[in-house]
Order: sequence, then C-alpha cells, then structure tokens
Amino acid sequence: MKMSTAPYDLEQQQQHQRSGVAASSQSPRSPSSSTPFLSVSVTDPVKLGNGVQAYISYRVITKTNFPEYQGPEKIVIRRYSDFVWLRDRLFEKYKGIFIPPLPEKSAVGVLKFHMFWFITAEKFRFSAEFIEMRRQALDLFVNRIASHHELQQSEDLRMFLQAEEETMERLRAQETGIFKKPSDLMQIFKDVQSKVSDVVLGKEKPVEESDPDYEKLKHYIFELENHLAEAQKHAYRLVKRHRELGQSLSDFGKAVKLLGASEGNSLGKAFSELGIKSEILSTKLQKEAHQILMNFEEPLKDYVRAVQSIKATIAERANSFRKQCQLAETVKLKEIDLKKMKGKGCIDLKSWQKLSANIMRQLKTESEQATKTFESIVRLMNEEIGRFQEQKTLDMGIAFHEFAKGQARLANDIAGAWRSLLPKLEACSAA
Amino acid sequence: MMGSENQSSEVSEPTEQMHNLVLHDEHDNDNNDHNGDDPLGIKSYTNYRSAMSTLSDTHHPLADTDPLLSPPSPRRHHFPDTSSYIDPPSYNDAVFSPFNGAASSVDSPSGSSDSPSFSGSRSPTSEYIKITVSNPIKEQENSNSIVPGGNSYVTYLITTRTNVPEFGGNEFGVRRRFRDVVTLSDRLAESYRGFFIPPRPDKSIVESQVMQKQEFVEQRRVALEKYLRRLAAHPVIGKSDEFRVFLQVQGKLPLPTTTDVASRMLDGAARLPKQLMGESVIGPQEVVQPAKGGRDFMRLFKELKQSMANDWGGSKPPVVEEDKEFLEKKERIQELEQQITNASTQAESLVKAQQDMGETMGELGLAFIKLTKFENEEAVMNTQRVRATDMKGLATAAVKASRFYRELNAQTVKHLDTLHEYLGLMLAVHGAFSDRSSALLTVQTLLSELSTLQSRAEKLEVASSRVFGGDKSRMRKLEELQDTIKVTEDAKNVAIREYERIKENNKSELERLDRERRTDFLNMLKGYVVSQVGYAEKIANVWTKVVEDTGGYVKEST
Repeated sequence: MKMSTAPYDLEQQQQHQRSGVAASSQSPRSPSSSTPFLSVSVTDPVKLGNGVQAYISYRVITKTNFPEYQGPEKIVIRRYSDFVWLRDRLFEKYKGIFIPPLPEKSAVGVLKFHMFWFITAEKFRFSAEFIEMRRQALDLFVNRIASHHELQQSEDLRMFLQAEEETMERLRAQETGIFKKPSDLMQIFKDVQSKVSDVVLGKEKPVEESDPDYEKLKHYIFELENHLAEAQKHAYRLVKRHRELGQSLSDFGKAVKLLGASEGNSLGKAFSELGIKSEILSTKLQKEAHQILMNFEEPLKDYVRAVQSIKATIAERANSFRKQCQLAETVKLKEIDLKKMKGKGCIDLKSWQKLSANIMRQLKTESEQATKTFESIVRLMNEEIGRFQEQKTLDMGIAFHEFAKGQARLANDIAGAWRSLLPKLEACSAA
Repeated sequence: MMGSENQSSEVSEPTEQMHNLVLHDEHDNDNNDHNGDDPLGIKSYTNYRSAMSTLSDTHHPLADTDPLLSPPSPRRHHFPDTSSYIDPPSYNDAVFSPFNGAASSVDSPSGSSDSPSFSGSRSPTSEYIKITVSNPIKEQENSNSIVPGGNSYVTYLITTRTNVPEFGGNEFGVRRRFRDVVTLSDRLAESYRGFFIPPRPDKSIVESQVMQKQEFVEQRRVALEKYLRRLAAHPVIGKSDEFRVFLQVQGKLPLPTTTDVASRMLDGAARLPKQLMGESVIGPQEVVQPAKGGRDFMRLFKELKQSMANDWGGSKPPVVEEDKEFLEKKERIQELEQQITNASTQAESLVKAQQDMGETMGELGLAFIKLTKFENEEAVMNTQRVRATDMKGLATAAVKASRFYRELNAQTVKHLDTLHEYLGLMLAVHGAFSDRSSALLTVQTLLSELSTLQSRAEKLEVASSRVFGGDKSRMRKLEELQDTIKVTEDAKNVAIREYERIKENNKSELERLDRERRTDFLNMLKGYVVSQVGYAEKIANVWTKVVEDTGGYVKEST
C-alpha cells in the first residue's frame, strides 16, 4: 500500500553523522501518528562466538508508525552479513538508485592497513575504535535507506528490521551473493568502459550509450573516486601524525620533568611545569586524533564508498542497456527468421501465423520490458545524482566544519597552555 | 622539504592559478598584519629582534643588515606584558615575520644560528666579538718533495670583528686550515687545564676525495665557525694569546705544532735508556703537563704504578680527593648530563613529529586543491561549485597551517638546540675533570716518590754512620740522593701548585656553568614557549575562518 512518504530526512542524517560516540537510540522527530515516520538505530555492538568464528552482533531498534511494521518499537539482533544481504537485495530490486554504501567487511583487512603503525598493545584500543566506526557506518547505512522515499518501502527492508533472527538466518543462507566483490565490480565496469575490442576474447564488443552528458558523468564519477581516495589517505595520515606528535610531546614532557628534578630550584620548577603542560597537551592531541578519525576521515571514506556504489549502478545501467539492445536486435532477427520460415514453406500459413504471433508477442514484451527497465534506470539516476550532489555538499560542509572546529580548538588549547606558563618563566628569571 | 609548494608548481595552469589564489589570500592576510610596503620584513625584523631577545643576535636569515653595525644590546630578560599575547596584531606578528628565509633556516638550523648561550653578547660591558668562517679554497702544499703535485688541502677564511681591546684591532681576517685548528685546540688543552674548553670538531678519517666534496667542506665550515664562536664566548680562553694569535697573525700559525702520537712515542723511547741507566727525575718544569701522551715514559710508568697503588693497594694515597663539595658537584653533573642527553633525544623526536605534521597537513591541502579544481571544471550543478568553494577554504587553511608548522619547527630546533650545545659542553667538563685527576695523580706519584727517596736516604745515613771514619762512597751516594730529593721536592711543590690551580679553575668554571646554564635554559624554555604560543595562535586563526565560513551547515546546536 502506497503512502505519502516522509521527505528525505537531511536533519536526521546530520544528527546521525555527528552522533559521535554515543550509541543510544534516536528518538523520532515527530511522534504524531498522522505523519508517517520510520526511525532506526544500530547500537550496542557485542562480540559473540570464539576464535575464527567470532563476530559482532548489533541491536537494531526500529521505531515507526508504518502500518506493515510491528510498531511502535521493535528490536532485533543483526550481524554484518545481514546488512550485506539487505544491500544486495536492494541493489537487485532498485536498479538506478544509488544504494547507500556499507563499511568494509573485514576487520583483518583494515587491521593490516593499520598494522604498520600500531603496536600490539594498541590493537585492543584500535579494535574498540574500529567497532565503533563500523557501528556508526552501519547506523548511517540503515538510516539512509529508511529516509529514501523509494527504498524505505522495500519489503526486504521490513524483513531486515522486523524478522526474527532465525528467519533472517534462513534468508541470508538463501542469498547467493549477487553483489559482486569490489574487484569484480571493477572488472565489469572496465568491460563497460573498455574501448578495446573483445573479439579477441571471443566476446562481442560491448554496446554503449552515446549520450555525451552521461559520458561526462561517468568520467566525473571515475575521476572523483581517485581524488577523494587521495584526500582520504592524507586525512588518515593526519590522524597518525596527531598521535605521533602526542606521543613525542608526552615523552619530551617526561624527559624535561626528569631534567627539572636534577636541576632543582626555580629552574627545575620551570622544567617541571613545562613537562606537565606537555603531557596535558599530549592528551589533547590524542583526543583530537580520534575526533579527526571519526568526523573527518570517516566521512571522506564514506564519500568514497558512495562513489563506488554509484559505479555499481553505472555498471548495472550498462548491463541493462546492453540487454535492451540485444533484445531489440533479437526481435529484428527473429522477424527475418520467421519470414524465411514462411518462405521455405515447411509450415502452413495458419500455423505459422499463430506461431509467429506468439513468438513475436513474447519477444516484444521482453524487449519492451528491457527498454522500460533501462529507461527507468536512466530516470532514477538523473534524480539520484542531483540528490547525491546536494547531500555530499552538505556532508562535506559538516565534515569540514567539524574538522576546522577541532583544529581551532586544539590550537587554542595549545596556545592557552603555553601562555599560562610564561608568567612562571618570567618569575624564574626574575628570581 | 614539504611537497606542496614544489608539487604545485608542476601542475597545469588552473592549479597554479588556484595556488596563486591561495598564496594571494595569504599575502593579503599578512599585509593586514605587517607593514605592506616592507617586503623583506626588515621593519618587523627589528621588532622581532627587540621582542625576541632570547634568539641569537648574531645571525638571522634576513640579515643583510649587519647586526654588528648597531652592536647588539646586552641580553635583556624583560618580556612584554603577558596581555599583549592576547592582542595578536602587534606582538604576535612582530614576532613572526614571514621569513622566506624560513626554508633556509630549516635546512641549516644549527649552522646558521648560534645557540644563545654561546654568542659573544653575554658580557656585561658592550664588548662584542663576531667570528665568521667562510670562503673555503683548495690549496696545494708546497711540494719540495720528489712527488709532483703534492698534497692539497682546504683553507678557510676566518674573519673577526671585535672591539675587545686585547685584539688591538677592529676587523681582520686570516686563512687557516683544519690542521691549524687542531694545533690551537691542543695548545689550549695544555695551557688551560681545568677549564671547560669547548671541544673542537672531529678530525675525519675519510678519503681525500671525500675531503674535497662540497658537502663535507660545508659541514666542516659550519662546525669550525661554531667552535671558534664558542671559544670566543669563554671569558678566559676568548682572551687568550693562543686564540688571539690564531685569529690575527697572518701567514703560518705561530704555535708549536702537534706532532702525532707515534713520533712522540719515538721521542720518549729514545729517552728511556738514559733514564734507565741513571735515576730518572721528574723535573719541575715537566710536571705542569700530564704524563700521558708526553715524551716521558718513566714518568708514565711511575704514575701508572701510583694509580694502581691507589686502586689496588691497601695504603691510603697521600693526597686524596677530599673535596666533598667537588665530589657532590661531580655527581650532580653526571646526573645532569644523563638528563640532558635524554631530553635532547626526545627533543629530536618532537621536532621530527612536528615536521611530519606540517608535511601531511600540506599534502592534505594539496589534495583538496586538486579536488576543488576538479569540481569546478566538471561542475554541472551549482551545488558542486558551492562544494568547491568549501574545499578551497579548507585547502587554503591546511596549506597555511602547514607553513606555520614548518616555521614553528625551525624555531623549535633553534631553541631546543641549547640542549645539544650543553651536551657538547659536558665533554669539556669531562676534560676539565680529567685534567684535575691527572694532576692529582702526578702529585701523588711525586709524594710517594719523595717518601721512597727519603726512606732510602735515611737508610743510607744510618748505614754510613756505622762505618767508622766515614764511608766515602756511601757519603757520595747520599749527597746525590739528597740532590735528587731536593729536585723532587721542588717538582712536588710545583705539582701541588698546579693541582691547586686546576682545582680553582674547576671551581670557577663550575660556578660559571651553573650561572650560564640557568640563563641559557630559561631562555630556551621561554623561546620555545613563546614560539609555540605565537604559532598556535596563528594556526587557530586560520581554522577559525573555516569554522565561520562553514557555519551554515550546522543547525542550531543539538
């Protein structure tokens, strides 16, 4: 049953993006029963299982007044692969729509990336951080779906949010992993983009759209990913630099304190104060590192993922276009085929007419369907790209704001801490 | 060097425009703060100098103006009112004129600047001395030998400007080679035992090919300059004849040259048979030098024997290092040295971390500049242009912040370098302490020598008195022995005087060390803290602008 949809909920998304460390459920914006709302939060990551089979489970809390849903509130337990299932189903059903991106699967994969600068003792702290980052990303994922006027009506979404765990498990097992791994996706996309003849490979040369605006869009998306990835890489390094600076400032502070102890008298005191301030600032640097990771680097990574999701949609569109062309081609060929058949006279006219009508009707239906699908994708993509661009301007605006705020705050803290030391130093030299 | 500026010059036009835009903004910004018509920042330089009295006066990256034309004011420890830090424009920017020379000061932070502790402007009067080492030239040794071509070596021009009366001149220059420096250093070590003599640059055992490489020569030039400036800063050594002669006398250096250890050994060996035959006597004139490295093997043996007796023997040595005060101080110095070493190491890590921060910040800025350019070029919707503007704001801030980190780091290096300087000084302290212990050893040796001789004399006396009518040969021996005793007695007195003298030097130097160290460390702390404050304020400003510009994206606080 169709119903009036809630507008794409930017404010709520903002809230979710900046929910920081707090893992509490969000209360709905307008609880009045007349306005339909669907509010979801992903909370309470819990490690279950042992050893290799260990995984994290999350509590997914749904608050809604949608009629098909068990309201007003329902809580289910979900794990990462459930989210993947949802994403895959949506991708399959809602071609043309940019499905919100999921965070990367493997903790180990990310860990390796971090490994070169994290020592073993740090791994635990890192895990907690990683788990929190993933939780936030999953929360954002579901909320984006719930706020999308088409996606929110998905039956699969409802299953995801409402079904009992056993049902979910069954559904998950049935899924045959339609959604290609990123590397496979790249391959598909490259096939689509490739100008090299596939005759060598025994394949037909892929047919492509000739829409110049669309070409421009594809080029833009492709290039954008590269630029964003680079920005994200440096943002990540910046996190590392803050941690390193924090560490060396702390070490320096300790050394200076010891030096002060062996100097004694007012000079010793001055050193001591310097050491104390250094240690205080070291803590602030570590905090800022965490903030940058959560509020700047993660949104950039999210942006990259979103672009990758668009690339998946682009690949899907290419598939659809190809199919449409193939079917159109098939219709033509079949007509010729049938005419030949008539000409050869191996079948009587009445039978031929019946056969021909059936075949052509079926083919034409398929062809029309393929064309409809393709056109729908084109239409949806046009809407989506506009929405995407607007959303990203907002997301980045917020991320930049938070980042700048953090940097300004840190710098002011640093200036303040050192400034407070100056009168003491002055007193020392007067003494 | 940070990549962003270098890299940006390589990309195509629009990015250069972008970057120029970025730079242009900066320039405008800074113009508001400084005098716009002051491209070299010379005005702010003088403000800078008067405000930052902690930094070395003797060298500044912008110094085309010779600081000595107006002699540097004596060290002032007066700081402007704390409240002026809070009003950035006057103080903040007076302190931080944008040196373009910041790049060079990063490259050669230790070379171009003097550590504040060792500049010549420490004296309470308006005495100054400035030494510059420059103009390395390869020269050929005069080959009287059969081998054509001969050895080549490098000489340096050493220019001195001073108003110290002992020099009897204001400005002079000489050419010296490294060997001359070694000679000077050796002569000083002999004449100024007990003083904290700054250690000279290392001799380098490298191939002659490497010796002439520009990098090596430049390193050496820098090290020589530092060394000579430290010597000049020493209240006693800076006025010494040896030093003066080194700086002033044209042509060949008129100091006795160092011969290498091998030939000294040879000389010593030649004397040995003579000593073994007769009584070996340590004459008073020889006593003023340590035995080690000297030509007197017998003395060496004796002192070695004595030191072993000190260590292993049960007998208490006649003169013991009783000076408790000294021993306490020595322990303190050792502890201090350890802590300074530790702090110096951590300071190095800190500098590295600051540098990395600046670099990565710059790279982030550059990545966003590229993104800005990209979005602007490819924009089909207005929202993309809006985003591009936001990105540009972030990029500009990041690039500026990166530059500030670099400049701050140059300052930090300069200030924390004091720690390194004091490590070098610790070597000098060790040298002075070892002068003391070797002088003590000499005294102890002579004392025990003396007591041996005296007991021998007593025995002879007793023995000869038993012989009726006198024992001519024994009497003669006794006379000789008594002569020897007299000489040894004299030597002992000289040795004791020398030892006392060295003890005095140690004492006064330790006091000087404590005084100067206190001043230098306080200045270091101040300098470090002030630059941290100033640059943190600048960086905060840069980001605050971005916060304001992106304020619209955030609804009223949740």
